[in-house]
Amino acid sequence: MLEAIVLIFLCQLAGEAAARFLGLPIPGPVIGMVLLFIGLQLRRTWWPTSIAAVEIPVGVVAAFLLGHLSLLFVPAGVGIVSHIPTLTAHGIGLVVALVVSTLLSLAVTALVFAALSRRFERSDQP
Amino acid sequence: MTRIETLWVYLSTQPLLWLTATMAAYAMADRLSRLSGRHPVVNSVLLAVIVLSIILAMTGTDYRTYFEGAQFVHFLLGPATVALAVPLHQHWALVKRSLVPILGALIAGSLTAVVSAVGIGMMFGMPRDVLASLAPKSVTAAIAMGVAREIGGEPSLTATLVITTGILGAVMVTPLMNAMGLKDYRARGFAAGVASHGIGTARAFQVDPVAGAFAGIALGLNGLLTALIVPALVRWFW
Repeated sequence: MLEAIVLIFLCQLAGEAAARFLGLPIPGPVIGMVLLFIGLQLRRTWWPTSIAAVEIPVGVVAAFLLGHLSLLFVPAGVGIVSHIPTLTAHGIGLVVALVVSTLLSLAVTALVFAALSRRFERSDQP
Repeated sequence: MTRIETLWVYLSTQPLLWLTATMAAYAMADRLSRLSGRHPVVNSVLLAVIVLSIILAMTGTDYRTYFEGAQFVHFLLGPATVALAVPLHQHWALVKRSLVPILGALIAGSLTAVVSAVGIGMMFGMPRDVLASLAPKSVTAAIAMGVAREIGGEPSLTATLVITTGILGAVMVTPLMNAMGLKDYRARGFAAGVASHGIGTARAFQVDPVAGAFAGIALGLNGLLTALIVPALVRWFW
């Protein structure tokens, strides 16, 4: 379990280093995610008979972290409470923009996904 | 000073107090969310934030002192982002098969998020720096703040808009998808990730593992796409 935590931290560290070193606009943890993903894919390619990733320690640690992902946003959420007046400082416009834009982007994303999936996936899903 | 007051003065400056308060408030909020059958309005982030804000206001604690303790929880956002690799790997066959819907929905959703927010802002006659802060509001805070800075926005305003968007998306996604009759958890999760980044993704993981995996992909891809297209859109059209 300890090694799994170290591995996840190492991926993030390598990601942070790569982002800084190459001047990429992507956060280090996102690069770290790609690195861990590549590692897991290689593992499956090289040892196809090994147990599933969710059962190895990295999978267990990941499931724990993602199972409580909501908790991790609480400190940032508390941080914006004092900034809520700035949301109405420009009138009701910002609130309207956030609500309507979030509804629209949720709806458009899901509808396009569903439409394309009906159109393009029939052939390989008999 | 009484002994109780002395004790409070000591504890209130220790990280342990606010770390414990954060986890306790969340544990309580999560329990309520479970009891409500994960009802969208009983959102665990929203509930914990409200409870903690009331406690901070009542005890006259400033955010800096609070964050001394809460930072240990906040820090785990990075490792949790790395951990998204596991569900991505686990559902990779499904992801590969869904490549066309993923890319199409990503482009459509990402553009809708940016254009609709800026468009509505313009209708309300908002100044340019506010519009620039608003444009990247659907992506994860680290990327959104970088994009806002690059196009002349205010990163701290962007952070507020990002978190608010996340909570709005997490609350609205389930009722909206049910109203539209969309049952495909890939589409539902992907939409949550595109429109409302990590907080939407956290909601998706509470509802369904496949929705969570697709929300995680959407969060990463939309972060990438927004970082690339928003500065370009600004250069071309603004």
